[in-house]
Amino acid sequence: MRGDSVEERRFKGPIRGQLIFALLLLALSILLISQLGDQTKWIKKTKFAAQPRLWPMIALTGMVVFTGIHLWRLPRRRILHVELQEAKRWLQVIEYCAWFIAYVWLVPILGYLISTLVFLPALAFRAGYQNKRMITYSAVIGFSIVVIFKSFLEVKIPGGVIYEFLPNTVRSFFILNF
Amino acid sequence: MDVLVSALEILMRWDVILALLVGSVGGVVIGAIPGVGPAVAIAILLPATFSMDPIVGLTTLLGIYGSSMYGGAIPAILINTPGTAVNALTTYDGFPMTTRGEARRALSLAYSASFFGGVFSVICLILFAPTLAKIAPLFGSREIFLAALLGLILVIVVHRGQTLIAAALVCFGLFLNTVGLEPVKYTKRYTFDQSFLSGGIDLIVVVLGLFALSQAFYLLNGDDEKIRLTKLRGGMLQGLRELAKHPRVVAVSGSFGVTMGMIPGVGEFTAQFLSYSYAQRSSKRPEDFGRGSSEGLIASETANNAVPAAAMVPLLALGIPGEALTAMMLSVFYVHNVVPGPQLFANQMDFVVALYIALLILNVLVLIFLIFATNSIINVVKIPNRFLGAIILTLSFVGVYSLRNSMTDCIIAALFGVIGFALKRLSLPVVPIILGMVLGGIMEVKLRAGMARVKEPFDFIDRPIAFILFLMIFGVLILHIRRVLADRQEIKAEKFANKHASTNFGFYLKKRQTRIMNTRSKSVRRSHLRYSRRDK
Repeated sequence: MRGDSVEERRFKGPIRGQLIFALLLLALSILLISQLGDQTKWIKKTKFAAQPRLWPMIALTGMVVFTGIHLWRLPRRRILHVELQEAKRWLQVIEYCAWFIAYVWLVPILGYLISTLVFLPALAFRAGYQNKRMITYSAVIGFSIVVIFKSFLEVKIPGGVIYEFLPNTVRSFFILNF
Repeated sequence: MDVLVSALEILMRWDVILALLVGSVGGVVIGAIPGVGPAVAIAILLPATFSMDPIVGLTTLLGIYGSSMYGGAIPAILINTPGTAVNALTTYDGFPMTTRGEARRALSLAYSASFFGGVFSVICLILFAPTLAKIAPLFGSREIFLAALLGLILVIVVHRGQTLIAAALVCFGLFLNTVGLEPVKYTKRYTFDQSFLSGGIDLIVVVLGLFALSQAFYLLNGDDEKIRLTKLRGGMLQGLRELAKHPRVVAVSGSFGVTMGMIPGVGEFTAQFLSYSYAQRSSKRPEDFGRGSSEGLIASETANNAVPAAAMVPLLALGIPGEALTAMMLSVFYVHNVVPGPQLFANQMDFVVALYIALLILNVLVLIFLIFATNSIINVVKIPNRFLGAIILTLSFVGVYSLRNSMTDCIIAALFGVIGFALKRLSLPVVPIILGMVLGGIMEVKLRAGMARVKEPFDFIDRPIAFILFLMIFGVLILHIRRVLADRQEIKAEKFANKHASTNFGFYLKKRQTRIMNTRSKSVRRSHLRYSRRDK
């Protein structure tokens, strides 16, 4: 929603949500700078440039000052309905964060291959691709990802606890490749 | 000549050649998919390259970086959606050409211009390398500190209209870098007595959160788009002939790309903007720009492809990354204990030249690949957005988890994913956070080392390069202040211009009423007075 004032028309990017973001950033900056004395140390007989407190102080002062001026210069400083709607939109992605964390939690238990073969089709289903073709595609892509990264590029992902139940002959193969 | 031979020896390995092929083809495909981009791909692949040789890992990443812009031009021209952010200007003239039925000509021109930009910058830098090798050792701690500071200031001021929030985000990046155990005095900084924060916040975790996870969330949260593709017929070589008709635009755009790429914090957007403005100003048909001008397309594509090779200069010569992609590449050097900077130029010049030759070969490979495979590549733009989001989320896991197999890292990355998502929704820049983190660490170390022999403040800039850098910082700040004041004047003028009679209607009505009333009351009083005189 764009207003009539010159500042609002010339504002770069959408105005909705800017106020809430600036307020949150300012609150975080103030909270962190209030902990400066407690969370950092000023060491005696040490040069100013080598003080452990120097850079957190510069960074947090900058955050407070620049966010404060940004907030003051915002063309709209009233919390309207669109602002809250935008904040709600940000919170909606927490669902996908939960999906991601669940995937991370599943991998050491079920192993990378099974977890991916469950996760990607399930997420595709959740995203609205509920036909057989897309679910199959997602499973094939999931399998390819595992083969490329774990088997071919040998990235460090541990084998699943479930692999312990496999027969000795294939156990190490699965731990190393899937 | 010896350097050239040993550089070629470094490249003549099957794994390097494979990395070049995979990087170039992968980069084109990644660039052609709107919504992925080289930053997401490099962030995901970064941990996988840690187990490779530095030259193999860097060649793969450079391949993606250098070739993604070729691929990004495809959806920009065919469906008006830039494949990578830097192809946005390509849509201005590329898509109107497609609507005129000249899609093949536009693509061919874009490839040719990109090829020229890439090759031109590599040749410039190979020729410039000996001079650079002489200048680089003149950079001590103070000079590197000032160059990093200049980079930070430039990354703030280039975000015109968003400088205040960009500055706040740079400071946020600086703060993130300070979290953990301080490396000299071993005191804790903002760890809140939590063991997982003692080691600090890993740059790659933040990068993956801000680029890859946020993009996955953004795509999953959005809608799919209906795409209509134009069928391409005919060869792709006519662009090279057409490019030869505009040597001035091509040379100037390439030079802008090389110059802007070398300055930390500036990059593709400024290079494109300057080239496009120049091409428009000097064109015989400036009215065609934005409506399918071949010169406009050439200017933007040549400039953006000249940047990647040039962007490696501050990284290799000074150890200072100029933008997010080279900041990610810096971590590949660190993992292998190769410290980029003046010493690299002095001791491992063959390694530097090998990287440039790799970029040169890469441009040739990409052009050949695109001439034959464009018709097949264009199909990747059909991948639905939310499905792509699910794939990126799955791939992001590899990037984050393979670092340390840590659940905490994944939670931190998810948190930065939400922050990145909010920034994307608000069209706010992410790069200042990354550069703040990377350059903040460099600045802290270099300031400490540089101040060791400084007694008075002016001693800090008593060397010629330090003084020049100081003047550059001063100049940039003065120019920025002038621009801010000019913007304010413009706003004032616009406000004044909008203030016409109708906006003050109430005021004029009241004034008129008062005048009428005054006139009327005067006449009434006068008449009353006249009658009263008659009565007498």
